[in-house]
Order: sequence, then C-alpha cells, then structure tokens
Amino acid sequence: MQDRTDHSIPAKGAAAGLFGGAAVDCDVHVSVPSVKALLPYLDAYWRQQFVTRGIDRLSWNMTSDPPNAPIMIRPDRRPTNGRPGSDYSILKDKCLDLFGPSAAIANCIYGGMALHSEDMAAVVCTAVNDWLAAEWLDRDPRLRASIVVPLNNADLAAEEIERRAGDPRFVQVLMLAMGEQPLGKRAHWPIFAAASRHGLPIGVHAGSLYQQPPLAGGYGSYFLEDYVAQAFGFESCVLSLVSEGVFAKFPELKFVFMESGVTWLAPALWRFDKTWRGVRAEIPWVKTPPSQIVRDHIRLTLQPFDEPEGAGRLERFCEQMKSDEMVLFSTDFPHWHYEDEDVLPIGAETALARKILWDNPRATYPRLKALAPEVLA
Amino acid sequence: MSKSRFVVARTSDVAPGTSLRVNAGGRDIALFNIAGAFFALGDRCPHESGSLCAGKIVGFAEADEPGKYRLVRDGEFVRCPWHGWEFDIRTGKSWCDPEKSRVRAYQTGVTSGSDLVEGPYVAETFKVSVEENYVVVEI
Amino acid sequence: MSMDLLEPREKRKPGGALQGLGVVDCDIHPQFATPGEILTFLPERWRDYVRTYGGFYRQPLADTLSHPRMAPDVARADSWPPGGAPPGGDLAFMQRQHLDANNVDHGMLMPLNRGPGNQRNLEYGAALATAVNDWQIACWVERDARLHASIVCTQEHPPFAIAEIERCAKDPRFSQIMLPPKSLEPLGRRRYWPIFEAAEAFDLPIALHVGGINGYPATGSGWPSYYIEEQHTNVQGMQGLITSMVVEGVFEQFPGLRIVLVEGGVAWAPPLKWRLDKHWKRLKSEAPHLKRLPSEYIHDHFWFTTQPLDEPPEDSDLLETFEQVGLDRIMFSTDYPHWDFDEPSFVAAKLRIGPEKLRAIMSGNARELYGLT
Ligand code: FES
Repeated sequence: MQDRTDHSIPAKGAAAGLFGGAAVDCDVHVSVPSVKALLPYLDAYWRQQFVTRGIDRLSWNMTSDPPNAPIMIRPDRRPTNGRPGSDYSILKDKCLDLFGPSAAIANCIYGGMALHSEDMAAVVCTAVNDWLAAEWLDRDPRLRASIVVPLNNADLAAEEIERRAGDPRFVQVLMLAMGEQPLGKRAHWPIFAAASRHGLPIGVHAGSLYQQPPLAGGYGSYFLEDYVAQAFGFESCVLSLVSEGVFAKFPELKFVFMESGVTWLAPALWRFDKTWRGVRAEIPWVKTPPSQIVRDHIRLTLQPFDEPEGAGRLERFCEQMKSDEMVLFSTDFPHWHYEDEDVLPIGAETALARKILWDNPRATYPRLKALAPEVLA
Repeated sequence: MSKSRFVVARTSDVAPGTSLRVNAGGRDIALFNIAGAFFALGDRCPHESGSLCAGKIVGFAEADEPGKYRLVRDGEFVRCPWHGWEFDIRTGKSWCDPEKSRVRAYQTGVTSGSDLVEGPYVAETFKVSVEENYVVVEI
Repeated sequence: MSMDLLEPREKRKPGGALQGLGVVDCDIHPQFATPGEILTFLPERWRDYVRTYGGFYRQPLADTLSHPRMAPDVARADSWPPGGAPPGGDLAFMQRQHLDANNVDHGMLMPLNRGPGNQRNLEYGAALATAVNDWQIACWVERDARLHASIVCTQEHPPFAIAEIERCAKDPRFSQIMLPPKSLEPLGRRRYWPIFEAAEAFDLPIALHVGGINGYPATGSGWPSYYIEEQHTNVQGMQGLITSMVVEGVFEQFPGLRIVLVEGGVAWAPPLKWRLDKHWKRLKSEAPHLKRLPSEYIHDHFWFTTQPLDEPPEDSDLLETFEQVGLDRIMFSTDYPHWDFDEPSFVAAKLRIGPEKLRAIMSGNARELYGLT
C-alpha cells in the first residue's frame, strides 16, 4: 500500500543549479568516517563491546567500494582530510548546489551490512540510519536516504524497515547486487514484504558481500575485474527477481539498480525472453515475457553509463527497451565517471532528459511523488 | 479461393494422445488425436521450423503465485522438439507469444470412406477398408 | 522416435543467400554410443576407478548437472537415433539429420563428455582426456572427415595438459584445444599461462565451450533456483572470462593467442567492451600492463559462435550487435543435437546481410581461423 501522506518537503532556499530544481539525484554517496562516529548511536552494551574490543578502530570499508580508488573519488570532490564522501560541504558545493536537484538520495555503502554476526549487523545498520538522519538529513532538506539493512538476516532487515518507515526522508531500502543468495530468493522476501507495505522501492547498489566471488568462477587479481563484474551481478539479479516471481508476489514493488552501467540490460533481456519462451513451464507464474516485467518494475540510475563517449546509446537503450521511463538521473557523487558537469549524455533540454531528471524518479519513489521543484524558475 | 480436402490418414493411424506427420497437397501437416478428436497443425514451428509432430504432447503449466504449480488441459499442447515453445493443439496458438507465433491450424474432420476426395491415401486406402474412417484435412 | 522423422519434409525456404553454401558448424556434440564406450579407451586402472568411484566433482550431485534441464539429455526431441544410442551418439544418424541435411562442410567436435578438465583426481582427468581424444578420432573423425576433433585436457595441472596437447597437436585432425570456462580460478590467472603458451606455440585456437564444474556458484550471489537462470549464467560466465583474460594481461603475454567462445551468444559483447574500456581508463593505474584498450584485445583475440542466436525484437538490432563485435569475428554454430540448436537458414534469415558477409559468418571466418579448405 502506498502511503497517502504528502511527504513533499519543499526545498526552500536551494540554489537553482544546473537543472533548476527539476531533478532528483537518485544516487549520491555519503560515508561513515569511522566506526567511532557510530558510538553515540549504540546502546551501552554495544558501545562497551565496540570500545573494549577495539571495533571502534576498524574501518569497515567494503572491498567492493575502496574509497580511494580513482573511480570512487573524483579529485575535485576529495576532502582535504577524512574519508571521501564524509564531508557535507563538498556534497553541498560540488553536487547539490551545482546540479540543483530538489532531492538527492544518499546511499551509505557500509560494512555493517556485511557482518556475519546478524545481531551486530542489525545494530550497526540501525546506528547508521540514526547517524544518517542526524548528520545528513537534518542538515539539508534536499537530502533523502536509503535504509541500510543487515543483508544476512531478512527478518532483522524487515524490523529495521519498520522502525524507519515513519520517517518520510527514508525513501527506499538499500541492498547490494551480490549477496550470499540470488536477490529474488524467498529468503529475501521478508525485506520485500516490508518495503512493499511502506511504498519503498528496493535500491540495489553495485557491491558484493564477497560470500561468493564476483566473477562467479573464483577470484581474479584486480579490482577492475570485480568492478566490471558488478554488471554481471545485476544481470543475475534480473534473472532471479523475475524467475522467482518476486513481481507476481509483490506487484507494487519496484527495484532501482544503482551504478549498474545500464547498457548490458537490453541484450540480457533478448536472451531472457528467448529462453523463457521455451522453458517457461518451469516458472509458470511468469506469464508475460520477462522484458515486459522488467520494463514495469526495474529502474536504473544513470551514472556510470557504459558507452563509448558520444555514442548515443542512451536513446538507443530507450528504443530497445521500448521505454523512456526506466532511467533515473544520478550523479553518483563523489565517484568519477564523467568530467566537470557532463553528467547527462544527452542535451538537458530534451524531452528524454526531462523524463530522466524529473518525471521518472518521482514516478518510481512514492515518497517523492509530490515533490515540488521549489526553486524552479 | 476454394479449399481442397485431402484424406491424409486412417483414424486408426493416429492413436489418442499421439501425432502423425502427413502430407496434404505438398504441405507437411502434423495430425493430432486428443481423446478421439483430430486436429491438424502445420508441421513447421513458426520459430525455426522444428517439426511439431516430433514434439512431446503435454499439459499446460499454470500458477497463481510463485511455488503453486498446477497442470491443466493435459494432452492438449505440443511442445516443439527444438526450443520448447508450447502450442495449443486446438487452436495452434502459442502460449508464449500468441500474436506473433501462431501455427497455422487446419480444419479437420473425420469422414467415412465413401466421401473420400483426393489425397495421398485416396485410391489405395479407399479400396482396402471401405468401412474404415479416414481423417480428412481441408486446406 | 522413428526414422521417418528423417524422411524429407516439404522443401524449406531456400534461406536467401544460403543456397548451396557449405557451412562450418563450430559446435557439434558427439556422445558415447553407450555409457561403456569410453571405457575401452581407458587403461584398466582407470576403468576400475570409474566403476568403483564414479564421477567425483565439486558439486553435490555425482552423475548429473546441477540443474535438471527441460529436455532429456539436453537434446532436441527429434534427435534420438532409432538404434538406441543417445542423441549425438550415432554418426549415421547425425550425418543424415544434420551434416548432410544442413550442408555442413566442416563440423568442430565439442566433446563435453565427463569433463576431464573438471575431474578432481588429476591423474584420472589426464587419462580421461587421452581417452576422449582417442575416441574422437577413432569413432568420429576417422569415419567422417568433415568432423574435426578438439584436444581436451586437464587445465588444473598444466604439465598434464601440455603433455596431452603435445601428444595430439601433431595430428592435423585436431583443430583446436578445448577448455572448460569454469576452471578453479578465472582463466586469465597465471596458473593457466603455460597452457596458453603451448597453444600459441602449436598455433592452435582455444575453444571455451560454456559449462564446467568448478565448485563455485554460477553467479556472484550464489546458486540460482531455476534452470532458466542457470542457463543464462553462461552469459555472465563468458563475460567474466573475457574480463579475466583481458585484464590479467594474457594477450600482452601471448599476442598470438586465439580464443573461440562457444555457446555463449554474442549480444552481450558490445556493452562489455564499452564497460571494460570506460572503467579501465579510470583504473589504469591498477592494470598498467595493459597497453591497449580492452576492446582492442577483445577484437584481436576472441571469436564468437552464433548459437544460441540472440533474438532481439528487431532483427536489425542483431546485425547492429554483430557489427559492433566485428563481422570477421562471428562464426556459425548449431549446438547439434542439443535443444537450443539453430538452423543455418534461420540464422541467415535473421541476419539479412549480403552474400559475402553471410558467407564469412556461415563459413569463411571459421575456415580462416582453423585453416580449413
Ligand atoms: S523451432 Fe520450434 S521452438 Fe524453435
């Protein structure tokens, strides 16, 4: 059920920026500077555990998200000290004010999601969400956030969704492209049920729990391999979500693939549709070609967009998908996928750009539906 | 254009639940017997032209939700021997892409020997078993 | 299934430019006529071993694939020979149903039988590889010169693999080396480089036919539930393979190496090239051993087989995709006798290209790669 409350939060006073407010940035990154920063958000037991065990001195960076790799931090977005993505003023100057979205969804990719102790993971995720609300959402009315949940325990994840759902600034649930099990497996359904109850899309971000090797055939030598393999992980997500019948079970649910590279999807669906025609009896709840289901339920954030520069693939992607509603604007701040302000591979004045920047995000996120482009001239 | 009727098989040639490839007017036809009722489809799958009479005759798998499997209309579908597309033997409709990939369905009737017109079995079959029933395909 | 399935059917559409063109089929699966057939090619010690211990792989099911298929033996329902052999297990039937009927000039054998490369017992794997190689010659190539054998070997222990390659490479009836793409580590890793060195030295292409059992789940997030997903992981697998081989620097080390990807499809390749190029530029400092764009290595070193043909809603998208890969790098294949077989006329009809380009894909590219007449 969708929440009928008007969650629009006017972005009064925001700078007009490049897109004059008529934009939603669906993927910006903020990062927990250190485990220590979470201590105020822990109860007495956990705070003492963290301090006496030296956990507060750990980094909990993720292997799939090395903060200093050039792809993860554009030089002009790097703070003079501290972890990339941890400095609000850089986000404000170099992203929010510059591009001028009325809302930007902050994703905190954090090791807490990956901890093997399910209880500790849940506690850390709760702390991260409290920290997000206090340190970021309270600070800038344009910011929204994805709910960080423990990925190894769906029941605890669902509890966290329930705890957070009352705060309209949390607009989706955050999962990773590669977990222990394929995304659509029934083990994850408590998460989908909770998200569905509250009109929250599932944001699936590039990343891996490394419970399985990303290359699906052992570990390579280079981060580049793993980064490229994220797209293969997303491809598996598509297969899993559709085949497991997630959309038959949760017809309202949408998934947003973030930092997927986008262009791999069209040929993946040619193949999926083809195979489905011959073996659909194995999954009889899938009653229309998979491409149709994907078109209705899966969205992709824009950056990085895998194409040779200037190749016009964004328009071709929409043609091939027979939809201009699937791509959602993102800067992927502070990552480095484009130079200067060249975040859109098409002209900002085009009808497609307007869909990507403004219409599609609001159609995807029920909690942003009523968003008003306050600063729109 | 007026249609021609071809006698293509004896009814006993095609047992219930089986199929037979026959030729009528130069066309390959897959003949099916579903519990005594005969149906004829073009023997060329609209996908890559697999021979439908070599396909398994199956039921239709349905589900109202994930994990709740149910078989209906058993024996009324043929699964192409190549890539497994399923066709409704009664209508030639493919379930997976009803508009694009319909197999041509021909009208069939069972007629007694005395009504025979032309077709591969005409002379010979007519003679040996006047009492037998023959399957006639109209093209 | 009766032999009358082979009786001539009504005349097929001529398939446009295909008329009269003898094709090269880069993916034909021979099968043992009986399960025991291979035993006669094994030394007594390993015959005993197989009888006693059976299959010994890195997966829970001892004798079958991880995900049950949608057709018995993964085969076309009309490919069961009347004499009782399994699909692909009867040369005469294969000749009539496929080689003759589809005008195949050359057929590259892709023996998947028992996966010598994935045997955990390496010595058994090596003996099995030798047996499968001898069997290909004795039971197939000797009896039909249109067929060409592939050298199977135990890639997890390169010295054994190289010994087998050396044994077979002298025989021109072997046209290539065949490895399972699912190896214990991604195939670009250095442990496999001695095999690449041998391939380069003997000037033999390496065919990587989808499949294999390496003990890892088929996706980066574990085992999928359904065959429809598992079958698709061939696509992610091939992409991972290219990624590994290119990024690890295999082609800087072995500039003469030629790789044939079999049964992985094609359409995913252009976006992969774009992705590799784009992100390598940013992460160059991690992989400075790459001197050229990843897409350039891909074009120079990889050949792609057509089956299962990608079927976009618009046929023109297929051609666009093939052109992005390079029409000189696409080679026709059927996968006979498996269920997802593609007919030559179907491929020709979908491509809608001029006779010269069609000839290259259906025959010329493979003739050139393998040095066939
Ligand atoms: S030929 Fe019938 S399904 Fe492909």
